Amino acid sequence: MERKALDAKIACRSVWKLYGRDPEGFLAAHGGAPPDGAIEADGYIPAVRHASLEVFPGEILVIMGLSGSGKSTLVRCLSRLIEPTAGEVLFDGQDLLKIPAKELIEIRRHKMGMVFQHFALLPHRTVLQNVAFPLEVQGIDRATREKRALEIIELVGLKGRDRYYPRELSGGQQQRVGIARSLAVEPDVWFLDEPFSALDPLIRREMQDEFLRLQTMLRKTIAFITHDFDEAIRLADRIAIMNEGRIVQIGTPEELVTRPADDYVANFTRDVAREKLLTVASVMEPPADGQALSDSEVRQTEKVADVARLIVASELPLRVADDSGRTVGTISRARVLDLLFSREPVSGG
Amino acid sequence: MAEAAVLSGELTVRRWVAGTGQSGIRVALFLLAPSVFVLLIGPLLPEWLRIVPQEWSAPFVGWINAAVEVLRREELLGLLTFRDMTRAIANLIDYPLDFVEAILVAGFSESVPGLPWIAVTGLAIVLGWYLQGRQLGIIAGVCFAYMAIFGKWELSMVTLSVVLVAAPIAGAIGVALGIVAYKKRWFEALLWPILNVMQALPHFSYMIPVAIFIGIGHKAGTIATIIFAFPVMARLTILGLKGVLPEVREAGIMAGCTRRQMLWKVELPAARPTLMVGVNQVIMLCLAMVVLASFVGAKGLGHDLLNRLRSLWIGQALEIGVVIVFMAIILDRLSQAWARKEPEHMREGPFHVRHPFLTAGAAVVVVSYILAAFVPALQLWPKSLSITTAPLWDALIDDIIIYAFDYLELIKDTLLVHVLIPMRDLYLMLPWSALLVFAVTVGWYYGGWQVAGIQALFALYLAFAGYWERTLITAYMVSFAVVVCVIIGSIVGIWAAAGPRRTKVVELILDTFQTFPSFIYLIPAIMLFNVNDFAAIMAIVIYATIPTTRLTIFGLRTVPQDIVEAAITSGCTPRQVLWKVRMPLAFPAIMLGINQTIMYALFMVVIAAFIGTTDLGQEIFRSKADNNAGQSLVVGLCIAFMGLIADQLINAWARERKKVLGLE
Repeated sequence: MERKALDAKIACRSVWKLYGRDPEGFLAAHGGAPPDGAIEADGYIPAVRHASLEVFPGEILVIMGLSGSGKSTLVRCLSRLIEPTAGEVLFDGQDLLKIPAKELIEIRRHKMGMVFQHFALLPHRTVLQNVAFPLEVQGIDRATREKRALEIIELVGLKGRDRYYPRELSGGQQQRVGIARSLAVEPDVWFLDEPFSALDPLIRREMQDEFLRLQTMLRKTIAFITHDFDEAIRLADRIAIMNEGRIVQIGTPEELVTRPADDYVANFTRDVAREKLLTVASVMEPPADGQALSDSEVRQTEKVADVARLIVASELPLRVADDSGRTVGTISRARVLDLLFSREPVSGG
Repeated sequence: MAEAAVLSGELTVRRWVAGTGQSGIRVALFLLAPSVFVLLIGPLLPEWLRIVPQEWSAPFVGWINAAVEVLRREELLGLLTFRDMTRAIANLIDYPLDFVEAILVAGFSESVPGLPWIAVTGLAIVLGWYLQGRQLGIIAGVCFAYMAIFGKWELSMVTLSVVLVAAPIAGAIGVALGIVAYKKRWFEALLWPILNVMQALPHFSYMIPVAIFIGIGHKAGTIATIIFAFPVMARLTILGLKGVLPEVREAGIMAGCTRRQMLWKVELPAARPTLMVGVNQVIMLCLAMVVLASFVGAKGLGHDLLNRLRSLWIGQALEIGVVIVFMAIILDRLSQAWARKEPEHMREGPFHVRHPFLTAGAAVVVVSYILAAFVPALQLWPKSLSITTAPLWDALIDDIIIYAFDYLELIKDTLLVHVLIPMRDLYLMLPWSALLVFAVTVGWYYGGWQVAGIQALFALYLAFAGYWERTLITAYMVSFAVVVCVIIGSIVGIWAAAGPRRTKVVELILDTFQTFPSFIYLIPAIMLFNVNDFAAIMAIVIYATIPTTRLTIFGLRTVPQDIVEAAITSGCTPRQVLWKVRMPLAFPAIMLGINQTIMYALFMVVIAAFIGTTDLGQEIFRSKADNNAGQSLVVGLCIAFMGLIADQLINAWARERKKVLGLE
């Protein structure tokens, strides 16, 4: 299902962010595409290089990379917290870099929300006042904004804590406040900058579930940053992997695992529990005539992990059926064991 | 004992040299180079390179006085002179001053009296309780009750009212300047060096210009206090605003804040911890200054202390000193508790449940007024019932003098003859060109050309201001005092850093001592050594030892634990851990402590001039008597620049050293 770039809720085209003496001049001198060696040689630090991506309505795009890979800078270019050196950022087809400051404030007030790694709550305000803050700066009257804030506080599961101050809450609860605040204005686009990285692993998992629960209700357009690949495959519709300021690959989790663009991506995917990620369709073999098959069959859309027991228990390969029951391939015990125990990237599907 | 101290100090230096390798040699050069230069090359220099001839000196004093004269006499816009305007502005300060004083003690009229002393004491208890807890409430209550019962109530309330008026004004000016500097780069570039110089100027340099443009009196003292206290607030406002976490700022932007909303709703509230440090410091500086401002006619505790000291009524002076100390302690504790106070969610219920302390405060006021209407002693503690401890103190001092006089004299005379006077003679040989060469070389070595250039300006100013000899005498007193401070401070610091309980006790003592207005430190010095050079140095030592001690403790205790553990597992004895690991790592911090000690000493040297010295401080005092604004400023700048030379060199050194040690 190929979507057109025009349909994107938010997109960026050839975005550059260089730090140094005169980044604009430097880029212009190289016709907008300086060779790698020249950037460092001239003393510039490239945070983002020639990045293009789209986020479609209702989609979760996870931007994944190690620290220093430029993912935070890129998402700040999308929200224009950082001014890109070059390129364009399209919000509903409109170039954010060209609109006046006043209009930008209006877009942020109504259409964008952002969650921060270290919560960035205002310490002198109660939970209620923090959540109501974006409404307050719009000039919405107190009764209305507090009513709205209370609804969201309940939505994120903090009912009864509205009079508390941030320091009286645990890390997980504080991030719930951060989430509630970013949702207060009912934004179309939701930026999350490593929202769960500062939390303990158990809380992190709980918050991921919470996040997915909210998203099934709200269907926001989401750019989500993480350095944790497991988190990325758990949450993402699509993943963009960044390295040294470049986007090296964008694709669904399954695509990244089955067809990594380079060793860098392969490195991340190597330790992934692929049987939980891959469907039967992506590892099955084409049906061969006269092949001896087991009596049982599996559906091609099922995850391998869910049917592995059945397949491994059978001496003979199983038939793979599509939704209408038609045979589309076969899957053998050897194939599944390879997937479970070999660490080589699978080639199949 | 003294020998042991010197020995240990020497040992310290030797270990530093041995333990820090390359930089040890640098330290030695740092210490030795100037003296070698003076002794070997000094006498060979032509006269004008040693001391700038009087006719070459820049007539700074004349210029400033001429400018002052113009501002005093000439009418701007054909209407008012500058002095008329400053006086008009100063008159405005009378309204809040009178108002606060009326509330606290004086009353508005016969029928509307001020707050009874039990009300103020009760409010202090409620405030302390609210800000921190019952304990602070009790301390506050005891302090205020002491002021009343010991017959110092009215004086105390006058002093308190100046602090309560001056501190908010100074704070507001500081915050306003800080905000502008945060928003406009060029303004910050302009303001920052001015703040540096202002904070290095001794208290008295503020007083004479104020006296000239506003006159002598209570409000002049208040204005001088405000001018003295605002720079620290401006500086901390800039630091606080710059220190707001980028994420918090981004959260504000993403919420769609306008620039004004950012400042008032996000940045200033998020900078609260730093701002509150500023509030505490402003309050303490105000108290220190209002006590000193008695020299230009401020009323209150300082005024009486000054008079008692002038008449050498030590017992009574001590008594007032104790009240000032109590005032300092309670103001410091309350403002620190306020700074630390975290917001807590409100309980639900009727007004008195939601606001228990507000209710209690209102109740205290009402009940006190009713009680005081029937029992006058609760309105103002009667003189006849006041307790005085002065005779007790006098008797104690007499005893000390009788028993210890000979020893004290012996110590004093030995030090004067064998150390102080030779040292002074050596210092007086120092050519200005030597200072210039030294300051520029060291500045260039550690800080590059920019630092070297600023150093050159400072040194040239000192040489050409026309007070070179006085500068040297100041330098001699300060450096002797600093050496003593460093020896005492590092020994106490090392002792205190050896265990958490010791640290706690010593830090509590230091914290308390540091809040005392510097004026207080003259009392014991005069008490023991009467009025002379030596007493002045003693006063400096008592006051200026605090920062070295504090930062020695800090430096030793913040050495990363894993490094200490690595040393222990390598088989170091406790002594080796201290000298080979902790001391070298703590050394940059200790140097910053010494830096502060130098600043403190320079401040104190001016105040100590009150008890008779022949240095720059004395010149400031003389200029006060003559109303010579030019001289007071020029000499004040001499002291400020001496401090800034040391400050800049030590900071440049410490920065590099920390980088080398990976401590930043």
